[in-house]
Amino acid sequence: MKKKSLNPSIKIVDDFNLQRNEGVQLDLDWVMSSQANTSAIERRTSTYSTRRSVKKNYQAAWLLRAISCIDLTTLAGDDTVGRVHRLCDKAANPVRKSTLTHLGIPEISVGAVCVYHDMIKTAVTRLEGTGIPVAAVSTGFPAGLSPMRLRVAEIEDSVQAGAHEIDIVISRRNVLTQNWTALYDEIISFRQACGNAHMKAILATGELGSLRNIARASLVCMMGGADFIKTSTGKESVNATLPVSLVMVRAIRDYHDQTGYKVGYKPAGGISKAKDSLTYLSLIKEELGNDWLGPNLFRFGASSLLSDIERQLEHFVIGAYSATHRHPMA
Amino acid sequence: MNVSQILQTMDYGTAPEASDQATAWLAAHKKKFGHYINGSFTKHENLFPTHNPATLKPLAQISQASSKSVRAAINAACLAQQKWEKLGGHERAKILYALARYLQKNSRLFATLETLDNGKPIRESRDIDIPLAQRHFYYHAGMAQLMVSEMPESQAIGVCGQIIPWNFPLLMLSWKIAPALAMGNTVVLKPAEYTSLTALLFAEACMQVGVPDGVVNIITGDAVVGEMVASDTDIDKIAFTGSTDVGRKIRRLTAGSGKSLTLELGGKSPFIVFDDADLDSAVEGIVDAIWFNQGQVCCAGSRLLVQEGVSERLYNKIKRRMKTLRLGDPMDKSIDLGAIVDSKQLDRISKLVTENSKGDLFQVTENMPETGCFYPPTLITGLSSSDSLMQEEIFGPVLAATTFRTPDEAAKLANDTRYGLAASIWSENVNLCLGLAPKLKAGVIWINGTNMFDASAGFGGMRESGFGREGGWEGLQAYTKPTQNRGRLDPILPKIGSNRAKCGIDRTAKLYIGGKQSRPDSGYSRPIFDANGIFCGDAPMASRKDIRNAVEAAESAAAWSASNGHIRAQILYYIAENLSARANEFASRINNLTGGKTGSQEVNASIDRLFTYAAWADKFDGAVRNVPIRGLALKLNEPVGKIGALCPDDFPLLGIVTIMAAGLAMGNRMILISSEPYPLVATDLYQILDTSDVPKGTVSILTGSHKDLSDTMAKHMGLDAVWSFSSSDVSQIIQDGSATNLKRTWVNYGFQTEWSGTPSEAHRFLEAATEIKTVWIPFGEG
Repeated sequence: MKKKSLNPSIKIVDDFNLQRNEGVQLDLDWVMSSQANTSAIERRTSTYSTRRSVKKNYQAAWLLRAISCIDLTTLAGDDTVGRVHRLCDKAANPVRKSTLTHLGIPEISVGAVCVYHDMIKTAVTRLEGTGIPVAAVSTGFPAGLSPMRLRVAEIEDSVQAGAHEIDIVISRRNVLTQNWTALYDEIISFRQACGNAHMKAILATGELGSLRNIARASLVCMMGGADFIKTSTGKESVNATLPVSLVMVRAIRDYHDQTGYKVGYKPAGGISKAKDSLTYLSLIKEELGNDWLGPNLFRFGASSLLSDIERQLEHFVIGAYSATHRHPMA
Repeated sequence: MNVSQILQTMDYGTAPEASDQATAWLAAHKKKFGHYINGSFTKHENLFPTHNPATLKPLAQISQASSKSVRAAINAACLAQQKWEKLGGHERAKILYALARYLQKNSRLFATLETLDNGKPIRESRDIDIPLAQRHFYYHAGMAQLMVSEMPESQAIGVCGQIIPWNFPLLMLSWKIAPALAMGNTVVLKPAEYTSLTALLFAEACMQVGVPDGVVNIITGDAVVGEMVASDTDIDKIAFTGSTDVGRKIRRLTAGSGKSLTLELGGKSPFIVFDDADLDSAVEGIVDAIWFNQGQVCCAGSRLLVQEGVSERLYNKIKRRMKTLRLGDPMDKSIDLGAIVDSKQLDRISKLVTENSKGDLFQVTENMPETGCFYPPTLITGLSSSDSLMQEEIFGPVLAATTFRTPDEAAKLANDTRYGLAASIWSENVNLCLGLAPKLKAGVIWINGTNMFDASAGFGGMRESGFGREGGWEGLQAYTKPTQNRGRLDPILPKIGSNRAKCGIDRTAKLYIGGKQSRPDSGYSRPIFDANGIFCGDAPMASRKDIRNAVEAAESAAAWSASNGHIRAQILYYIAENLSARANEFASRINNLTGGKTGSQEVNASIDRLFTYAAWADKFDGAVRNVPIRGLALKLNEPVGKIGALCPDDFPLLGIVTIMAAGLAMGNRMILISSEPYPLVATDLYQILDTSDVPKGTVSILTGSHKDLSDTMAKHMGLDAVWSFSSSDVSQIIQDGSATNLKRTWVNYGFQTEWSGTPSEAHRFLEAATEIKTVWIPFGEG
C-alpha cells in the first residue's frame, strides 16, 4: 500500500514508499535467544539525557519534529463529539501561527488522532482535508479479554468506519505463560483483520513482568506482522519508560537486521514534558538512526505533551517563560 | 542552520559548556602558578606551559619544583603532621566534610577546568569525575569520625608522598588525599605535569575551608619532582598511580627504606562476552570500558574476549555503535570522546596501532577535528594472544579482540597477561558469572557491567597492576600502621663448635620440596652445633635451583588455593595434633639449639598458633560493600597465591609455624626458608607435615643462607609475595628484586616482629596472606 502523504510540511525523513512489515515465520530459537539485562539497560538509558543535548535552533526543530510524531489521544468514557472535534482541530493546528511564523515553518500537524471506535467517524469527518490519519484503539482495549471473535470484528468495524490505523492490545497471558505460538497466531489474526490499515501492537509492557519478556514479545509481534509496536494502553500503572523503550527499539533493530523490514515504535503514556520528548528522539536517533525519526516509524502516544512543547517553543521565540493559558487547549 | 533546515537533518548541533568561570580563575592567577606549600601559594619558578589538548593552546604556566621547593613542602608536611593527627577524628572529619561540600558547591568550575586541561568530555568530568571525588571526601569524613572507635590499634603513617596520573586528575587526587587526611597523615602531592590545574584549584579549596597549614602540600612538575619525593627520607609512605614502568622504578627507589608503598598501575583488562549475554548491553558495556575517557583508563576493558559462536554478531554490533560515537570538542555536552591528553600520548597510540599488521582494523575516522589531539575509536578483531596489541597496554581508544570456546578457555585467556587489574564478565547465567569471577586474576571484577567505582569498594590490582587498595576499609590499610613500636632486631648467628663425634647414627636433614625430602641441588651442607658447641647434624644449603623446584611444586599444588576453609582448618588442626604428640622432642630440640629454656613454651605457642589459624581458616570473611547501585559489591579475601618467606631466626618453631599456618589457612602455597641459625627445627617439622595430610607442594621447607636465597626468591616471577622476618639485612634486596613482577613484599627492615599472638598480629598475617578482590554484581529483573 502506498501511504498517503500525512504531513505536507515535513517530508524529508518520511519514506513514503516504506515497505510494510509482512511478518515472518515464528522463529522460537530467535525469540528465546533474545536477552535483556535490566541493570545494564537502566545504566544505558540513564545517560541518554546526559550524553546528548540539543540547544536553541536545534531544540526548536527537534520539538517541532516531536509534535509531528504525536498521536493526539483521547480515550475517556466521557468523550463526546464536541470533545473530539476540539482535539481534531488542535491536531491540525498544534502550534500558534505566530510562533510558527517566527520559526519559519509554514504549517505543521500531529502524527494522528487516536480515539475509541465510536469516535472514528467523528474524527475522520472533522479531519477531512488535513491529511491527518485517525487511529482507533481496538480488540477490547485496554484489557483485551473480550471474545476473540468480537475483537476481530471490532477491528473490521473500525477499518470500515474509516480508521487508518488500528492499535490492538495483545493477550498478556500468552507472554506471561510463554505461549509464543498463541501470541503469534493472535497477531496474525488481528493483522489480517486490519487489511490496509496499519496495525500497532500494544504490548502493555507494565504487565509483562520483565524486560526479557518485553524483548521476546516485541519480536513475536513483529514476526506476526505488526507495523508498529507500542508500549502501553496508558491504562496500566506503569507506561512508557526509557528501559522498556530501549528493549523494544533494540528488538526493532534486530528484526530489521534479520528481515529487512522497518517496524515503527510508539511509546505511550507518561511522556508529558518537552524535555522527555527530546530524550526519546535522541534514543531513537542513537539506536535506530534518522530513518525512524518521522511519524511513519515513530509516534508518541500522548495527550498533555503537546501543551508543554508549545510553551517551550514560545520560550524559544520570545525569550521569556510561557504559560499554559497562552496556548489553545486540545 | 535555521529551524526548518534542522527539521530536515535532525542533527544535534553544538551544546558548548561555558568555560568563562574557569578562564576567569586562570586569569585571576595571571595564568602563572607556583606550588601550594604550608597553606599558601609560593612564587612561581621554572615555568612551563600546560595545554588544552583539544585546541593545543596553552592554558597557563605552572612551576617545575626545585629541590628546595620539594624540601619546603616535605618540611611543612612533617611539621604539621603530629598536630593534625592529634586534632582527633571528629575535627578531621569536619574538615573533610567541608572539602566535600566545597567540591559540590563549585562542581561546575572543577568540571570545566578539568575538561579544559585534560581533554575529557565535559559529561564525564561533570557526571563522573567530580561527583566521585566529592563522594570520596564524604566517605572518608566518615572514616575519620570512626577511626578511634573502629581502628583502636592503628595510627597515621606520617607524611605521605602522593604521585598521581593525568587521566583522572582531581579524582585520583581525592582517592589519595581523602583517606590520608582521614587517618591523620599529611601529604605532599604531585599531580601529573599535563594536568595540574584542578589540583591547584583544590589547593584553594584547602585554604577556603581551613585545612591547617602544611597538611596538604601540592607541588608541580615532571617525573624528576616525583623522584625527589619518592626518595626523600622524611617521607613515610608513597602512593603512586601511573604506569607499571614508573611503578617498578619507584619500587626500586624505595626498596629497603622502610617507606610504605602502594602502587596502582597499568592493565590490559579482559572484557569477556559469552554467547548467552545481552549482546546489545554488552556493546554499551564496551563503550563504557574502552571509549570512556578515550580509553585512557588503567582498568579499561581493552581486551575483548568473545565466545566464538557470537563473535561476528557482536563485532557487527560494536562497529555500528562506533559510528554513533561523537568525537570532538570535549566542552560540548553531546560529545562521547574528547581529546587525548597530549600529543606524546597520541603518538604512542598511533605508533602501536600502525605497527600492528595483524587482524582486521576498523576505525571511524569521519568527522575527526582538524586540530587537537584526537584519535578515532578503533576495533581490531581476529587477534591472538601472541599479538602485541593483546599484551601491551595501549592507553587509548583501541579495543583488541579475540575469541574463545569454553568458560575454562575464557579464564585462561583472561589470565594470560602480566597484569591483573580488572575484568568484565557478560552472561545471563549467574552460575557462569559467579563461577568465573574467582578464577580471574584481577582486583576488580564487574559482572554485566564495567568501570563501576565507589569510595566504599576497594580498587586495586594484582600482579604487575600493583598492590594496595584504594577505597573501603581496606583502603585505610595503606594509610595506617600499628600503634606499637618495635625494637631493632640484632643478627642472630649460628652456634659454633667443632666436635662431630657424639651423634650416634647420622641423621640426614634434607630439603622438603613437593612433599618429598630431597637433597640440595648444590650438594652442600652445613654442620649445625648446639648451644654447647656439640654437633647436631648437617643442614642442607639450598640454592636457586631448589627455590625453582619448590616454586614449581607450589605451582602444581594450585588445588589448595581452590579448597575451602573447612578443609584447610582440618589440616592445620591435624598438624597441631601431630606436633603435640612430639612436643617434648621439639621442646628439647629448641632448647638444645638455642641454649634457652623456653622450648616447651614455644612448642605450646606453636600449637596454639595452629589452632588460631585453623580457627580463622573459615572465618576471615569477606564483606558486602555499601555501594550506591542496586546490586552487591563483594569484597572477597582470596589467597595471594605462592608466598616465599624467610622465617625468623629467633623463634625457630613458632616463627615458621605462624607463617605457614597463616598462609595455609588463607589458601596459599608456602615456600619457607627456615631460621638460618637453627634450621634443624624446621627439618624436624616436615616429618610432621608428612603425617598430617598436607597436600604435596603446598608447603616446601628449605634451609640455607637467607642472604643468598632472598634475591632468587625476590626476583622469581612465579612467586606472588615474599615475606622476610630474617635477622639478616635482606629487606632492601627483597624489595629491589620484587620489582621484577611487582610481587607483594612484607619485610621487617631490621626490626623485631611481634610473635606473641595478639589479635592485631593475627590480622596482619591474615591480611598479608590474602588479596582483596572486589566483585560488582548489579542485579534486578523487571
